[in-house]
Amino acid sequence: MNFTNFGKYLLLLKAVFRRPEKFKIYLKAIFKQMDFIGVGSIGLIAIISTFIGAVMTLQIAFQLVSDFIPKTIIGSVNRDSSILELSPTITAIVLAGKIGSAISSEIGTMRVSEQIDALEIMGINSPGYLILPKILAGITMVPLLVIMSMFLSIGGGYLGGTLSGAVSPAEYIQGITTDFNPYTIVVALVKAFVFGFIITSVPAYEGFYVKGGALEVAQASTRAVVVSCISILACDYIVTQLLL
Amino acid sequence: MIEIKDIYKSFGDNEVLKGISGKFEAGVTNLIIGGSGSGKTTLLKCMIGLHHPEQGSVEYDGREFTTMNFEEKIEIRKEIGMLFQGSALFDSMTVEENIMFPLNMFTEQSRKEKLERVNFCLERVNLEGKNKLFPAELSGGMKKRVGIARAIAMNPKYLFVDEPNSGLDPKTSIVIDELIKELTEEYNTTTIVVTHDMNSVMGIGDYILFLHEGKKFWEGSNKEIAHTDIQELNDFVFASRFMKAAKGKF
Repeated sequence: MNFTNFGKYLLLLKAVFRRPEKFKIYLKAIFKQMDFIGVGSIGLIAIISTFIGAVMTLQIAFQLVSDFIPKTIIGSVNRDSSILELSPTITAIVLAGKIGSAISSEIGTMRVSEQIDALEIMGINSPGYLILPKILAGITMVPLLVIMSMFLSIGGGYLGGTLSGAVSPAEYIQGITTDFNPYTIVVALVKAFVFGFIITSVPAYEGFYVKGGALEVAQASTRAVVVSCISILACDYIVTQLLL
Repeated sequence: MIEIKDIYKSFGDNEVLKGISGKFEAGVTNLIIGGSGSGKTTLLKCMIGLHHPEQGSVEYDGREFTTMNFEEKIEIRKEIGMLFQGSALFDSMTVEENIMFPLNMFTEQSRKEKLERVNFCLERVNLEGKNKLFPAELSGGMKKRVGIARAIAMNPKYLFVDEPNSGLDPKTSIVIDELIKELTEEYNTTTIVVTHDMNSVMGIGDYILFLHEGKKFWEGSNKEIAHTDIQELNDFVFASRFMKAAKGKF
């Protein structure tokens, strides 16, 4: 059953990447989706990232109580955790809930109200017209959101650590600037790219093949978020294993 | 002209269409009628490629549609206009954007030319000045008329209409029927209407194909339909008390 779904998903992707009927219209749709996925998520990602960074610093400080471990390590651990894992994965999971359910219900509603059939009858490649702009917007905007999340998470750590007195500003800054490996950024961006693809394509698939009415659209939306989250975590493991 | 030959279609074990054939001429209103579950909409969807028949052929002026590849089908579909049962208007677009959509996709016209075409289509369906309304702001009859305007925007050679009168009051139904007939005759389109509305059958049925349990039971015109001795057809046509009372007057 799952292999059947995976096969259908691959066939849908094949249709998505057919040559667009008119690049100008697709370009307009891509910018619209970039606004929705990227700009529309800045506030949410900013709040979540800042608080996660702050909480991470407090927890690291709580666990590192030995006199043999310098407090600068708090900054280093927070930096690497944020860049490698927390920013890409938490951002992706939050976006899977926010963007994924919206994509799935939008396309699902279009399916049950025959709007997708109307597109096809006009001679338009409906998977391409509806899904391609979302995927392209996803794979460009999610990495940008992840970069923003990294800065805010590290900044949140600074605020959380210094305001609570868990670490001094100088120790924290020394920690985040010591032994920095730029390759971690590459790993995070590869993850963000993969997650951006999953967040947009999986819900689009769930919505595109909806049959029935409002209840089925809602179920597809829930399924889209669940499958996206599991796929994100599985791909997170695979990418980490391959690149580190 | 559209010709269908020996169309078979099943969903699992349920055989919906059992060898339907028919010829739909241009410039006349062709109706596919039958009770609920008789296979009307399935036949229509087979004709336009939304369903794939297991057997049989669909020819658009001699061009075999069912065996075409994706790109060839797209070329045929550019010649098709369709009004869906629920209108299927794009709900995030205004009336103007809905009608302009196929023009944006497939023509290189300037915005002014496209706007002129939109206004012409709206005028044709008596909805002048409704350009900026969204589908949610329209009544059922207005939605159908916008659907027709969108369907004729590209000057289609073939016009498909699925249940045009469902959910409409009798007066609006007649307006829609008359509009379909006028457009068919004016532009010489091959129009196929799927309906179970007897007012449409008697009003605009130049050619009627009657389906019953997935089979073609009868074909003819609205002038002949009341004078057959086919039990299944008579049960369908004269099902209502009004039609029963009026039976002798046809």
